[in-house]
Amino acid sequence: MSALLEVRNLQVRVEEREILHGLSLTVNKGEVHAIMGPNGSGKSTLSHVIAGKPGYEVTGGEILFKGEDLLEMSPDERAAKGVFLAFQYPVEIPGVATMTFLRTALNAQRKARGESEYSTPDFLKKVRAVAASLNIPQEMLRRGVNVGFSGGEKKRNEVLQMGLFEPSLCILDEMDSGLDIDALRIAADGVNALRSSERAMVVITHYQRLLNYIVPDFVHVMSKGRVVKSGGKELALELEEKGYAQFEEQAA
Amino acid sequence: MPAELETVERVRRIDVDQYRYGFETKIESEKAPKGLSEDIVRFISAKKDEPEWMLQWRLDAYRRWLTMTEPNWARVDYPKIDYQDVYYYSAPKQKKALASLDEVDPEILKTYEKLGIPLREVEALEGVVRPEGERRVAVDAVFDSVSVATTFQAELKKAGVIFMPISHALREHPDLVRKYLGTVVPTSDNFFATLNSAVFSDGSFVYVPPGVRCPMELSTYFRINERNTGQFERTLIIADKGAYVSYLEGCTAPQRDENQLHAAVVELIAHDDAEIKYSTVQNWYPGNSEGKGGVYNFVTKRGDCRGRNSKISWTQVETGSAITWKYPSCILRGDNSRGEFYSIAISNGFQQVDSGTKMIHLGKNTTSRIISKGIAAGRSQNTYRGLVSAHRKATGARNFTACDSLLIGDKCGAHTVPYVEAKNSSALFEHEATTSKISEDVLFYCVQRGLSQEEAVGLVVNGFVRDVLQQLPMEFAVEAQKLISISLEGSVG
Ligand SMILES: Nc1ncnc2c1ncn2[C@@H]1O[C@H](COP(=O)(O)OP(=O)(O)OP(=O)(O)O)[C@@H](O)[C@H]1O
Ligand SMILES: [Mg+2]
Repeated sequence: MSALLEVRNLQVRVEEREILHGLSLTVNKGEVHAIMGPNGSGKSTLSHVIAGKPGYEVTGGEILFKGEDLLEMSPDERAAKGVFLAFQYPVEIPGVATMTFLRTALNAQRKARGESEYSTPDFLKKVRAVAASLNIPQEMLRRGVNVGFSGGEKKRNEVLQMGLFEPSLCILDEMDSGLDIDALRIAADGVNALRSSERAMVVITHYQRLLNYIVPDFVHVMSKGRVVKSGGKELALELEEKGYAQFEEQAA
Repeated sequence: MPAELETVERVRRIDVDQYRYGFETKIESEKAPKGLSEDIVRFISAKKDEPEWMLQWRLDAYRRWLTMTEPNWARVDYPKIDYQDVYYYSAPKQKKALASLDEVDPEILKTYEKLGIPLREVEALEGVVRPEGERRVAVDAVFDSVSVATTFQAELKKAGVIFMPISHALREHPDLVRKYLGTVVPTSDNFFATLNSAVFSDGSFVYVPPGVRCPMELSTYFRINERNTGQFERTLIIADKGAYVSYLEGCTAPQRDENQLHAAVVELIAHDDAEIKYSTVQNWYPGNSEGKGGVYNFVTKRGDCRGRNSKISWTQVETGSAITWKYPSCILRGDNSRGEFYSIAISNGFQQVDSGTKMIHLGKNTTSRIISKGIAAGRSQNTYRGLVSAHRKATGARNFTACDSLLIGDKCGAHTVPYVEAKNSSALFEHEATTSKISEDVLFYCVQRGLSQEEAVGLVVNGFVRDVLQQLPMEFAVEAQKLISISLEGSVG
């Protein structure tokens, strides 16, 4: 059986500069992987390339998702196939009610998969259930997407979308940044609720703390555009203690 | 929406046979020779059986027009128009009857589909004649202009509202027309308005008597009927004391016209405590992908808040035309009167839009509000041009203006040209303006959630224009929203 996500020897350039120098990563269904690494090591770049953000030039390697060539797909096709990226910095979309946005996106994905669109009552029922589990008030869903949301509310809105779209691969880019302890727990609970044998998660973070809530099966250390070490959850504790310095040399 | 439903029901009750009317009247196609002269003006007036004073009025305008020069201050660029190479009169053409929708250009059908316009209605819009004897459903009849006109007319008559083509009004209510025509946009006003005064083809006349609230939006009817009013449209709307009327002009359906030059004039008059709400959706042919063809739209629209506490509100959604030159304005003459201008102007391809408004504060404590949203994509140019002025006697005048421009891509341009004149110190004018580029990060966020690039642009732009869309009559807001997305197609690589 093929892996859910298979990144092989990925080389990526941004504006003539190589950022990822042959990165490999295998993620199977049901697994949770944490990626840690110093600022600028290429964690967000990796997540963007998987999601298909324009502006990155893949100069080598490949990415397979459910056995298919992901790099051949447009970003919206990838989303419909089950790739979800919770952004480090979720954007604001003024004038577009969150509810409208959720519905448009969900139906776009369903349409792309050849599924029927949700009826209004079914959709509302679903959103209300997920929102309630994340302590998101209905009033928030009537506001413009992320407009005037606090940092924590924005992140919760990302988890809400994850719950709604039910993707098979969730990439969470620093979902813990800017969250207070309570918000972090609520968001992490939301993520944990989505853990399943059919779904995998890639959790990018700087802090071991998040991994106390979302306990990973594997931890990878990235440095200078490569995965320099992989291990179990105890690797995160080791990092917390010793820092990244030991790996910086390896990567160079 | 309620207006539409009501109509469906009303039409259900009338004899279905009336439907045939719509296709029985064969109008002979008649064209005057190309070019403009006194003779042509006389010909037009004679064709319409106009009273002598109307002919003189037209001739007066024509003679004045000869002494005028075409304005060139707008930020639009087009080849010189040869005014002798234009037809100034052609009788309304009967559309070529089609046997079925199969004969309609598939591209056009696609647009209708995207707009969500029901097929039955498309048939009516595109002139499909169904076989004799085939039973027609009520919805069908709604969009048959004749039956709608009949039901509407009966209702309107009961309320005392006069609503008819201006050419009919000239015969049936000459005194009313004469009293008001040209009192807001005088024949000498500007090059295009003067040309219109000389040769106008037809348009609407609305008179709402004192204290009457017009019982329906004057819109559903227009969806079809307005299509043949010609290139020099003339509309005159009067709301007498305490009256109210909401009028919607135009159509979201794509409108083609072989006449490239359009010069319309619209005059609105609101007496004491009266209110006129005038909404426009303009979707004329914008030209092809190389910028060839397309309608030149030179419009003069002006409202006169003649009475105390009167209100005039313009809402426009402009997506079509190669050239748009249009400044719906309000003269705030009556004390406490109010003018509003809500505008969405979208340009794509090679379109050029120069549009805005004038708020002329003459009376005391007059207020005005301007919300303009310009969206430029492709290689288009989009200019907001506005004037807010307060007369010496307009004490306590207030204006709020917000002009926001959104750029899609880097080959288009957005420009804001606001003029402000306050001749008294108690006037309070506020102006806000922003120009932004559609953000790559926002678009990526949307496509990551499953929207296509074009859906993402449509969504973001609809968010950007939301506060103006809300001003449109309900049943058109949804279509206008779709129209906005459609008009931006191909705007992103
Ligand atoms: N658009 C871009 N143009 C130029 N350089 C870029 C661009 N995007 C990323 N980079 C560079 O690529 C490197 C990796 O950036 P990336 O954002 O992937 O790091 P990161 O591991 O997510 O860091 P952080 O922990 O701070 O979020 C950095 O040196 C960054 O400056
Ligand atoms: Mg990052």
